[in-house]
Amino acid sequence: MSAWIRREVVVRRGWMDDRAFLVGLTLCQIAPGPNAINLAVLIGTALRGGPGALAAVLGMVGPPAVLVLALGAGLAALRDTPSLGAIMAGLGAAAIGLALANAFELSRRNLRTPGSLVITAATAAAIGILRLPLPAVLAFAVPLSLLLAARER
Amino acid sequence: MNPLLALASLFGGLSLLAVGGGNAVIPDMQHAAVSLGWMNEREFLDLYALSRVAPGPGSLLVALIGQKVAGVPGAVVATLAMFVPSCLLMHLAARFWYRLRDASWRGVAERGLAPIGVGLTYAAALALMRGTEHGAAAYGLTAASAVLLSTTRLHPLLVLGAGAALGWVIGL
Repeated sequence: MSAWIRREVVVRRGWMDDRAFLVGLTLCQIAPGPNAINLAVLIGTALRGGPGALAAVLGMVGPPAVLVLALGAGLAALRDTPSLGAIMAGLGAAAIGLALANAFELSRRNLRTPGSLVITAATAAAIGILRLPLPAVLAFAVPLSLLLAARER
Repeated sequence: MNPLLALASLFGGLSLLAVGGGNAVIPDMQHAAVSLGWMNEREFLDLYALSRVAPGPGSLLVALIGQKVAGVPGAVVATLAMFVPSCLLMHLAARFWYRLRDASWRGVAERGLAPIGVGLTYAAALALMRGTEHGAAAYGLTAASAVLLSTTRLHPLLVLGAGAALGWVIGL
C-alpha cells in the first residue's frame, strides 16, 4: 500500500519529495498503529496540519469502511448457506498464507543479525504459542531489542 | 459490561501497542473476542479473511469485530477506539520528526523495533491457525498460498480467491 501512496503523493502530485516521504515512512513504521493510517496522518500533517491529517484519515478509512461493513453484513446474512463454510475456510486458510508471506518478506528485509533473529523468534513464540499478553512481552522485548540495536555500531 | 464500552476499552487499550503495524495486536484481539464470548476462533478467522479481501487498510478488521458485537454503532466505536490514540500520537510525532537534527537514534529505533514487528506478524499467523479446526488440507492450502505469494508476483486477491474456490470444491 505504501508503494501505491508514494506513486500518488510523490510522483504524480508532487506534494512531497522522495526523501521526506521515506523519512516519514520510517516514522510510520516505528510509531504504533496501522502503517497505512499512520502514513495518511503524516502526509496530512505535513501538508495542512491538523485539518489535513483529519481529512487524510477520513479519506483513507471512510469509503473502505462502508464497503467492508457491507461485506460483513453479507457474511452474517448468508451464515446458514451450507457451502459458505467451506468457501470461508478456504479463504481463511489462504489468508493465513498471506500473513506468512508478509512475515517472510519482512524477515528478508529486516533480520540481518543473530540478535534480531532471536528477538523475532522469541516474540513470535511468546505471543503466538505461549499466548503471553502483548503489554508484558513488549515491556521486555522493546528495551532489549533497542539496546541490541544501539550496540550494533 | 455494556458491549460498546467493552469495545472501546479493548481497542483503546490495544491502539498504542500495535508495534510495527496493525497485525501486532491480532493475537490479543482474537483472545479477547473469544474469551468475552463475542465469537469463536473460526468466526474470527472469517472476519480476518474478509478484511484482507476488502479494499483499504487491513486494520478495518476492528470495524468488522465491532459490527459483529454491536452493529454499526459497534463498528464506529471500535474503529474510533483503535485509530484515535495512534493517530493523535502520530500527528504529534510528525510535527517534530522532520526537525530532528540527530538522526542516529532514528536508525536505532528502526532497527530495534523491526524484529519485534516481524515476530508479531508470525505470531498473528500462528494465532489465526489455532482453534480453527486447521486440518491437513487447510494447512496445505495455507502453505501453498504462502509459497505462491512469496515466490511469484501473483496478486494476493487472485490467490485468496483460488483458496476460496478450492475450499468450496474439496468441501473444506
